[in-house]
Amino acid sequence: MAIPFKGTKEQEAKLMEVIAAHKDEKGATIPVLHEAQEIYGYLPIEVQTMIAEGLDVPLAEIYGIVTFYTQFSLNPKGQYPIGVCLGTACYVKGSGDILEKIKEILGIDVGECTDDGKFSLDATRCIGACGLAPVMTIGEHVYGRLTVDEVEDILKKY
Amino acid sequence: MSENVNIKINGAAMSVPADYTILEAAREAGIDIPTLCYLKDVSKTGSCRMCIVEVKGARALQAACVYPVSEGLEVMTNTPKVREQRKLTLELLLSNHDRKCLSCIRSKSCELQDLADELGVEGISFEGEMTEHDIDNVSPSIVRDNKKCILCRRCVNMCKDVQTVAVIDTMERGFKTRVSTAFEKPLSDTACVNCGQCIVSCPTGALYEKDNTKEVWDAIADPEKYVIVQTAPAVRAGLGEEFGYPMGTPVTGKMAAALRRLGFDKTFDTDTGADLTIMEEANELIERVQNGGKLPMITSCSPGWVKFCEHYFTDFLDNLSSCKSPHQMFGAVMKSYYAEKNGIDPKNMFVVSVMPCVAKKFESGRPEMEADKLRDVDAVISTRELARMIKQAGIMFDKLPDEEFDVPFERASGAGVIFGATGGVMEAALRTAADTLGGKSVEDIDYTEVRGIEGIKEATVNMGGMDVKVAVANGLGNARKLLESIRDGKADYHFVEIMACPGGCVNGGGQPIVPSRDKMDVDVRVQRAKALYSEDVNSKIRKSHENPDMEILYSEYFEKPGSHKAHELLHTTYIKRNKY
Repeated sequence: MAIPFKGTKEQEAKLMEVIAAHKDEKGATIPVLHEAQEIYGYLPIEVQTMIAEGLDVPLAEIYGIVTFYTQFSLNPKGQYPIGVCLGTACYVKGSGDILEKIKEILGIDVGECTDDGKFSLDATRCIGACGLAPVMTIGEHVYGRLTVDEVEDILKKY
Repeated sequence: MSENVNIKINGAAMSVPADYTILEAAREAGIDIPTLCYLKDVSKTGSCRMCIVEVKGARALQAACVYPVSEGLEVMTNTPKVREQRKLTLELLLSNHDRKCLSCIRSKSCELQDLADELGVEGISFEGEMTEHDIDNVSPSIVRDNKKCILCRRCVNMCKDVQTVAVIDTMERGFKTRVSTAFEKPLSDTACVNCGQCIVSCPTGALYEKDNTKEVWDAIADPEKYVIVQTAPAVRAGLGEEFGYPMGTPVTGKMAAALRRLGFDKTFDTDTGADLTIMEEANELIERVQNGGKLPMITSCSPGWVKFCEHYFTDFLDNLSSCKSPHQMFGAVMKSYYAEKNGIDPKNMFVVSVMPCVAKKFESGRPEMEADKLRDVDAVISTRELARMIKQAGIMFDKLPDEEFDVPFERASGAGVIFGATGGVMEAALRTAADTLGGKSVEDIDYTEVRGIEGIKEATVNMGGMDVKVAVANGLGNARKLLESIRDGKADYHFVEIMACPGGCVNGGGQPIVPSRDKMDVDVRVQRAKALYSEDVNSKIRKSHENPDMEILYSEYFEKPGSHKAHELLHTTYIKRNKY
């Protein structure tokens, strides 16, 4: 959780444009949050505060919305975002254990990012590769028919 | 919307206004429907499902608190299906509730406990996983214990819609849903103003005041300490409720007797501090008017309001009167004038304020609130905490004789008493300013236009040939509206009174808890204010400047209002605070 905010002036200018474009709309908060996440990749306190101030909506309300919807993220994506499929096929083939192993190795929970910003971890729904179950993705790369023992070596490659 | 519609409740025909809900109609017909999330004028979320009723023609059971009446509506409130469902819903709520009633601060004033009793809950059939929460007790005023929270959202609606402070909201969803602050910060790290209206809105023990009674007991037990207690005006208007008196019964005499029996060395009345505040504030107002100072001047007695201004209306900080609030002034007088006069070492003095307010706990800890390294006030307890102390001490309140406050300072004015109701500070100030500006004693001193519970009140009062324009706001949502209209140039006043709590201090966050169902029938703000206005009418002295102690204090110590010494001890400063 200790990843410092590295927003740029350009990103801020973009966000301000988005806020200005939606400001007087009813129900502007969610579209603005979506676009803000596009810009920053996630919604840290700094970004939520800018939105609260810009739209004149309480910060607690914004945070309530961000934590309600799973598509909003409080944490940045890592350089290598990991997705472990918890769809039915992968799950019965043991992807839950794989997820636990990754959590243990990286010391982070689902939705979090390692302190060095290298890996972030998500549990995904079915990614449509059931034939390869259990499956995890790292960035664009897909690893199938995984066993718990293979995980450590795979992560070492990054 | 004065048209009526004809409906039937439990088979009985009745005609009710068309804008009623089933809940309101039933209540008028003498039918009690259990509620938890509903709080009149504050919260109407329809989420707890306790008030479900059968509506003829409707597929499912309906929530009476949000279901509007209509012509021909037929409702059944007491069928086996309704009773069973309510009980089931309550058991589900209880299944994720920290059921430590024996040690809960709200035991016997808990709406959840009451309902479990009323609906005949015999056991919890749904033992399962419980949500885990940490207690947030960092704030000097408010403690949050989410393990007791039933997610009714009454606190959220109070904080957001009524007070427009909005530092708490519902976070996450499903089983993880919780009431919290943005980024789970402790309340004290947010722009919470400590008004405590969340506490008096909470049906359970999820929100309560930081308890300071232990420090007070310890001080009383310490033979080295000279312990002085002072009580705010609104306390006498509420304390009786804790001992079975009807709402609005002033219990000043019994309260003074109880405090003496608790072992305080001196029992004084903050009303004297209120009179002193008026002396200073009226003088400040006249100076500002005559010397082109910043106007409108805004009262600074309500620490919830002051912090609200410091977070949200920093452009109004210069408008705030520099006067400390009455109990802080009184504390400062105790540790200076009173200590000197009576040969008491002020370092051994311990001043306790009994307040209808939990923001006073924060206020008394502000770094500004001291002189010569002596805190003005050492501990603040709420009306509820005083009631607990009286009970712990085995004092039978109703058997107590009526006693007076201690001498000196036993003769505060009626103006000081009405400080506890919205408009009271304004009226007290007007009584003194009218005499000062007019140069003679004004007879007609009932400024009824500033009384009452309307959110924003305005008046123009002619004083010594000058039209003085004043406004009064109670509740921070109303304060926000008033300040915005001043900021936009739509209104201009000389003097503005703002109290953070709706109705003023009588309805403060430290006052006895009133069950939500009682709030449907009585207006707490009106009933408790009556106690203060009746005490004012019966006072021999009704103007602050006619309180003989003021004459003594100024001639023996402060010289005159606004003097150098007065500024050192009785005035303060404010700071800008962040909104986030």
